Amino acid sequence: MSSRDKILAAVKKNQPPLEALPDTGSLAAIQFGNTVDKFTAVLEGIGGRVLKANTLNEVFAWVRANFTEGHRFITTIEGAADMTVLSGDEAALSLEDLEAAVIRAEFAVAENAAIWVTHASVKIRVLPFICQHLVVVLHPNDILNNMHEAYARIGKDGYGFGVFIAGPSKTADIEQSLVLGAHGPKSMTVFLLPKAQ
Amino acid sequence: MKDGPHNHVDLAEQFNADEARVNWHDETLWWVRQKRDKAAWQVPEWEQLREMASQVKLHTLSNLHDYLVQFEQNAQRNGITVHWAADAEEHNTIVHGILQKHGAKKLVKSKSMLTEECHLNEYLHEQGIDVIDTDLGERIVQLAGEGPSHIVLPCIHWKKEEIGVLFHEHLGTPEGCADPQLLTNAARLDLREKFLTRRVAITGVNFAIAETGELVVCTNEGNADMGAHLADVHIACMGIEKLIPQRKHLGVFLRLLARSATGQPITTYSSHFVKPLPGQELHIVLVDNGRTTQLGREDFRSSLKCIRCGACMNTCPVYRRSGGHSYHNAIAGPIGAILAPNLDMKQYADLPFASTLCGSCSNVCPVKIDIHQQLYKWRQVLTQEGHSPAAKTVAMKGMAAVLSKPGVYRFSGKVGRWFMRVMPWLVNNKLNPWYKQRDMPAPPKQSFGEWYKNREAGKK
Amino acid sequence: MTVGLFIPCYVDQFYPQVGIATLELLEKLGCKVHYPFGQTCCGQPMANSGYEHLAHSCNDLFVKNFDGFDYIVCPSGSCTLHIKDHLHATHAQAEASAQSIRRKIYELSEFLTDVLKVQHLQARFPYKVGMHQSCHGQRGLHISQMTELIADGYSKPGQLLNMVEGIELVELDRKDECCGFGGTFCVAEEAVSVKMGKDRVADHLHHNVQYITGVDMSCLMHMEGILKRQKSHVKVVHIAEILNNQQ
Repeated sequence: MSSRDKILAAVKKNQPPLEALPDTGSLAAIQFGNTVDKFTAVLEGIGGRVLKANTLNEVFAWVRANFTEGHRFITTIEGAADMTVLSGDEAALSLEDLEAAVIRAEFAVAENAAIWVTHASVKIRVLPFICQHLVVVLHPNDILNNMHEAYARIGKDGYGFGVFIAGPSKTADIEQSLVLGAHGPKSMTVFLLPKAQ
Repeated sequence: MKDGPHNHVDLAEQFNADEARVNWHDETLWWVRQKRDKAAWQVPEWEQLREMASQVKLHTLSNLHDYLVQFEQNAQRNGITVHWAADAEEHNTIVHGILQKHGAKKLVKSKSMLTEECHLNEYLHEQGIDVIDTDLGERIVQLAGEGPSHIVLPCIHWKKEEIGVLFHEHLGTPEGCADPQLLTNAARLDLREKFLTRRVAITGVNFAIAETGELVVCTNEGNADMGAHLADVHIACMGIEKLIPQRKHLGVFLRLLARSATGQPITTYSSHFVKPLPGQELHIVLVDNGRTTQLGREDFRSSLKCIRCGACMNTCPVYRRSGGHSYHNAIAGPIGAILAPNLDMKQYADLPFASTLCGSCSNVCPVKIDIHQQLYKWRQVLTQEGHSPAAKTVAMKGMAAVLSKPGVYRFSGKVGRWFMRVMPWLVNNKLNPWYKQRDMPAPPKQSFGEWYKNREAGKK
Repeated sequence: MTVGLFIPCYVDQFYPQVGIATLELLEKLGCKVHYPFGQTCCGQPMANSGYEHLAHSCNDLFVKNFDGFDYIVCPSGSCTLHIKDHLHATHAQAEASAQSIRRKIYELSEFLTDVLKVQHLQARFPYKVGMHQSCHGQRGLHISQMTELIADGYSKPGQLLNMVEGIELVELDRKDECCGFGGTFCVAEEAVSVKMGKDRVADHLHHNVQYITGVDMSCLMHMEGILKRQKSHVKVVHIAEILNNQQ
């Protein structure tokens, strides 16, 4: 008898009588009058930054002006004129010298300032982790209230990989002192871009 | 195995030898509990969320067989290789087998309490494989040759000066440097090199979804992702109880997990792995290691609801004043005390007694495990199974004999108090553990019963 | 209504004044109180130590002594909770009595607020007092709200203490942390138990209290032991003694 069979048999034998699955839709989850304000307040509280821009090129110009330690900048936003667009065919390891990456969030969540991206937005999975600084472009209308709305929006999307990203990477493992920039990006900046860019 | 005591009482006593350090450890973790409170108060529906999470988990455990089968089908359809390990040894062998197949001698590992439970690092080391733990706290205890003392905050028992000394020795940071930012930067650079050069990554799994076959891994540092997305082989290790039915249930659990653990609204990264990268192998090892036994224990099966947040440890007044290592188990604190005896009653018989049954743990638990009630019930089981010292049984039988006979009780009480008044040194001495750091209560001439008897007699 | 008075064994032997205050207070509030002389102990010290199976004669004695009262009142949250949660009779014919007792037993302060619905007290205690939230009464009997829950605050003992003339209740840094007594824990895990007690005491001392009170004499006995060892002037006093105090 394989371990699989042994385990499944033991589970079947020992599991208790069926308990009902509750309806999570019945939960009256938190709503915010102004999701932009809430998102901004939370992101700033967790070490991120929220800025406004009118065009993508404004964003790229800001990025180049503010991240000056490295030289390589990349975006995954199709049709961008002022920054190299990632094709997705690059080797993951080739991104290791990336100073900053500019990606578009599929949506965001106000209660925890998380943005959601899948492979479609990042093209190479390691991109939002390996760059030194992460810059995100977000439409203000794409900020949902809470995680239940987030999963309703994701629905049955057949992504191969998706991730909620809330702020720059961090650790407090050394005596509970918060340090930004553990292994992932040292900073996260979200640009609210109102027009379809 | 280190020499010295292996039970909570003695290890806790050792821990308490340095009172200033105990205060520091206690205050740090109490502060984390307070952060949790602050975060929970931001969610008006918090208590409903806990109830929802508890019910989802209870339902899952009651249908675990079918959910495991469903998960496996979906994961395999997505290109994930599914392995089943009956116990810790088999888990380690499976992981090693995958490494051998790829000729890998080095790997990176992000936090997985399951791999701690299975002692994977030691096993792989014996096979000549170099494992680097990439979570900063775990890297620190790895360099120190210890296990983590807390499931979320692995080196909470280490002071920054001590970490500075460790990093000076192993990473070449300047002597005397104790600045958390500088030390973290040094670890960032050192571990980045490992991520870029190692081809195999092991991660844990916070939640696995039966409906879609996906795995969710939550980190603040991004180390799980830096490892997994640069590796040729990603091995995810998971206890079978980590399953939840549907993707939308993550809405409930991801709202509870980080708030309960550290007071953050969510971890920086909540990564959802569905398919391996093209050209990459993604393996999942599903581990039993006593979980099916616990599933069969009516009083204790709900301990399998645990989502490994650590809130019970942060709130536990005993844990804060004894430290995680005093539980001599991969998982310490209140949840460790109700999980461990399932695996080995003899080795862990002390743990359920390392508690005053105050109940704080049960009330911070995001999935409403009745931890303090299970601690009480484990005490009965362990005693019935013969894991109680003989002297204790004799004393308890004596107590039962006295307390079941009112006349004997009253007489013993009267005599005991007389001796305490006339010969206080009989109890006020080193042999009386109470007396070590506390005065005894003053023995009155009359008990309440005697006073009442006189009053009633006076009325007649 | 008849009230059976259940006095914890250690209160009977070491703090009779708490039993006296409880009795006098209940009688002042119009209760017909009887103390069954055959009582000894609720059996909790054995049960919490893993020896529930040795407590059956204690249980039977309890049922025998307390069967038939309208209410049973006890100046201890911990003992009350133990009976409420664990009382069983050995023989089937007495089990109905055991269940009835479990429904009718009250800790003193919840009896005053919930059954007697006390609104005023003729009591005076012009001192600065710290209230210790004993765990079993709080988290087990819900006599006051615990800080772990995201829920409205309330406190039955607090409500009663606020009726006492002259009393000044202080707010502690850690409102409901355990004192570390925990039954046989107090000697089995002596180092941690004492450290917990010292920390609780320090919180009260930091707020300059003159008295520490609570609903459980066991917690207070443990803190008193530490206070006396520290040669402190701060004293412990059970809530019954405050509510019954008229000087």
